[in-house]
This record gives sequence, structure tokens and C-alpha cells, in this order.
Amino acid sequence: MRYDELPPGPITFLPICDAQRTGTWRTFKPMIDHKRCNHCFLCWKYCPEMAISTDITIDYDYCKGCGICAAECPRKAIRMVRE
Amino acid sequence: MKKMITGNRAAALGSKLARAQVVAAYPITPQTKIVESIAEMVARGEMKCKYIMVESEHSAMSACISASATGVRTFTATAAHGLALMHEVLHWAAGQRLPITMVNINRALGPPWSVWVEHTDSMSQRDTGWMQVYCESNQEVLDSVIMAYKVGERADVLLPTMICADAFYLSHTSEPVDIPEQKKVDDFLPPYKPKYKLDVDDPHGFGSLSMPHQWYMELRYQMAEAMEHAKKHIPEVEREFAEVFGRRYRAIEPYRCEDVDYVLMGMGTMADTAREAIDRLRSRGEKVGFVRLRTFRPFPVKELRALARGIDRLGVIDRSFTFGYEGPLFTEVKGALYGTPQPPEIRGYVAGLGGRDITVETIEDIYRRLSKKKWKGEEEWIGLKMEKR
Repeated sequence: MRYDELPPGPITFLPICDAQRTGTWRTFKPMIDHKRCNHCFLCWKYCPEMAISTDITIDYDYCKGCGICAAECPRKAIRMVRE
Repeated sequence: MKKMITGNRAAALGSKLARAQVVAAYPITPQTKIVESIAEMVARGEMKCKYIMVESEHSAMSACISASATGVRTFTATAAHGLALMHEVLHWAAGQRLPITMVNINRALGPPWSVWVEHTDSMSQRDTGWMQVYCESNQEVLDSVIMAYKVGERADVLLPTMICADAFYLSHTSEPVDIPEQKKVDDFLPPYKPKYKLDVDDPHGFGSLSMPHQWYMELRYQMAEAMEHAKKHIPEVEREFAEVFGRRYRAIEPYRCEDVDYVLMGMGTMADTAREAIDRLRSRGEKVGFVRLRTFRPFPVKELRALARGIDRLGVIDRSFTFGYEGPLFTEVKGALYGTPQPPEIRGYVAGLGGRDITVETIEDIYRRLSKKKWKGEEEWIGLKMEKR
């Protein structure tokens, strides 16, 4: 591809996650205690990588381990565990 | 219809007439009245626009970037320290190629605290990839907002624009301003329709990463080219604007520069004062003109070279300073004229920092220095107390 065939600016045609498996960046891994979870979906809503699905499972190929889900969980059902 | 309004009000009305769809802004003196004025118009239902209150200028520009990426027309305003806080995200706006328009009320940076005019705030943002326009009247502020979208939104430009206006001399001073009819502005400035936008139904990744072997350098070259395209489009848009609204702007605006030996040069409101000074000097038989630089980025090299032909001396007045070197406009002008056949002798003057008034007498003083044959080869600071003579 030539530079003048590029879109204007850094625009990818895949969602950014598809461009790279960001799960390898992780130092801490979120672990869900499904007994405590009441399916409020806050983790699903807050996850910046859309790595949590509506059945409250985590896609570890893309989860960067940022810990936002654990911080937001009102039931303390998500624990961050060192990889 | 002509109305007596301040520069701040003119900026707000410019964004309304341009039909800005999202405004995210944070108040800072002397710009506060711009965002207050927009908030009032939105609250009254006079302006159909999403107004986002944010907690800082960094957030204001970040919100504008996201909004603009969704393909809507976006506006904000700031000044001095607010602009400095935006610095990082100014690069993001330009690098992502988003034609945001922002009015920056030029104000000196502290310390010492100052809320008065100086150009150093926007000069410090020179390399962010934003286009920069310096205004000399409230009318020009309003008109420039409308023209900025027209240039910036072109598919081969897609760059943001900073409209710079001098603190208090414009922001808080009322002048008669012709407020164009909405219909005419709508015809001149059609809605913004970018090819790529943030859209859940057609997802793209924005602000992506580029490895050294990938596209970073190519995307930067694209930006360099976009500025060159803007250089071509700006006079076209200014011409079209003149046809519709009857007011003609130029990247470089000379005043009585025909048949002269000396020319003074500056930006912003000092131009009006300088024209008065030129009239007085010309009536005394001095052969001197003034040129106002309106577009600082892209820098009008061609126009400047054409103007400099046949001039003996060019005096550049900077209302800002780069510590450890000289006034930034002085540097740029010398660079632009380097290598041209028989360039004029170029001398630099620093004046009006921190809102110190540039009067007709200041300009006459600068002319006296310029017209003297002897020169130490150093830039001079004008009006310093305890100045060595």
C-alpha cells in the first residue's frame, strides 16, 4: 500500500482488539466468583476492552488486566490474581 | 444586520451560525464569555447543540475529539493556561485529522499572573498540526470561525483550526459586527460529512497504534500534505466568502506597501494601530508600509516572498518570545525569505508582552529604529523601563 491510499489519520478497519491480542499484556487476572455475582452487568458495561460478555465470562485473549471490573463490582465478586 | 458586540460574543455567534453540533468547553478568563454565551443560547433553545460541561481544558478537547470523530461539527474556546493544559490532546486532534475549530483568546502565561494579551500561548502550540489564524477585529473572529470549518472539513485537509484573538482588545471590546444571515451561512457552509466516522453500525478503530515499520511516518507526511492543500484552499475560501458576504481576508494583508523602502510586520490587533502610525509617517514623507500576517499555519511563504521583493528593510514585531532565541515570527520570516534573490534586511522587535499597550508612538519608535542605518544585529525589546540607549 502507498501512503496516499491510507485513510486520513490512524483509522483501522477492524475493531482495535482484533488488531492485536492484548491478553498477553496482563499482570493481574480478574477472577469472577459466580456465587457472589448477581448479574448487575456493571463489569460488562465498564470493561474498556469489551472483554466481558453478557453471560459474565471474561475473554482472556483480550483482557489487559486493568482491574476496572474488580473496582466497579458492588458485590466484590471479582478478584485480581497475579498471573 | 450590524450589532455592537464583543469579540467573545462574535466567537459564540460564529459557532452558532456555523451550526456547531457539539460544544465542550471550560471557562477561563478572558474567554469565559464565549462559553457562557453559547450555554445561554443552548439553554434558550436558540442553538441546537449538545453542550458538554467538563472539568478541565484537557477534558474539553478530549470530548471535542470524540465528538468530532463521530462526524459532527465541534467547537470549543480557551485561553493561555487552558490552551497549555490542552497541549497533549491538540496533537491527538490533528493526528486523528479532526476539523475541530477553537477560538483561543491570546493571553500571557504566568507567572507573574497576567490575563492580558500576548501571543506566546498559541505560538507554543505551533507544532501541534493545527492551522492558526490571528484576528484583528471582532468581525474577523466571527467570519474566521465560519471559514475555518469550510477549509478544515475539506476531504484533502481535515485539520483543526485555532482562531486567535487578542485578550481584551477583542474579547471584551465592543465593535460593530455585521452578523450574516443564517441562510447565507448555510449555503456557504454545508453540513460536515466525513468519509470515516465513529459509528457502532460500521465500526472502525480510531487513534490506532503504528509500529516503526508500519505507517506512522506516512501518516505524518499526509498531514504535511494536508497543510499544503490548505494553503491552496484558504485563498479560494476567502474569495468565495468575499463574494457571498462582501468581506475579503488574505493570509497576508499589506497596507500602503506600494513604492516603499521599509515595511513593518505584525499580527493581531496591533495592525489597526500600525495603520494609523503608517498614515502619520507617510504624511511626513516616510516611505513605510505595514503588513499584517493573518495565517500563521500554514505559513504563507509564497505571499511573503512576493511582498518582500524590492523592499530594503523589513521590521518584524513579535508579541511573544522564545527564550534563548528570539521572537518566533521573526525567526519564521527570516526562514521564509532565506535564499530569495536580494532579500530585505530583516530586523526583529519584541513589544506588547503581558498586555502592555502597543500605541501609535510604539510603532513610530519601532520605525525610527528600523530606518536607522546602524543596527547591532540583535532583536530589540521596545518600551522596556530603564532601557539602555
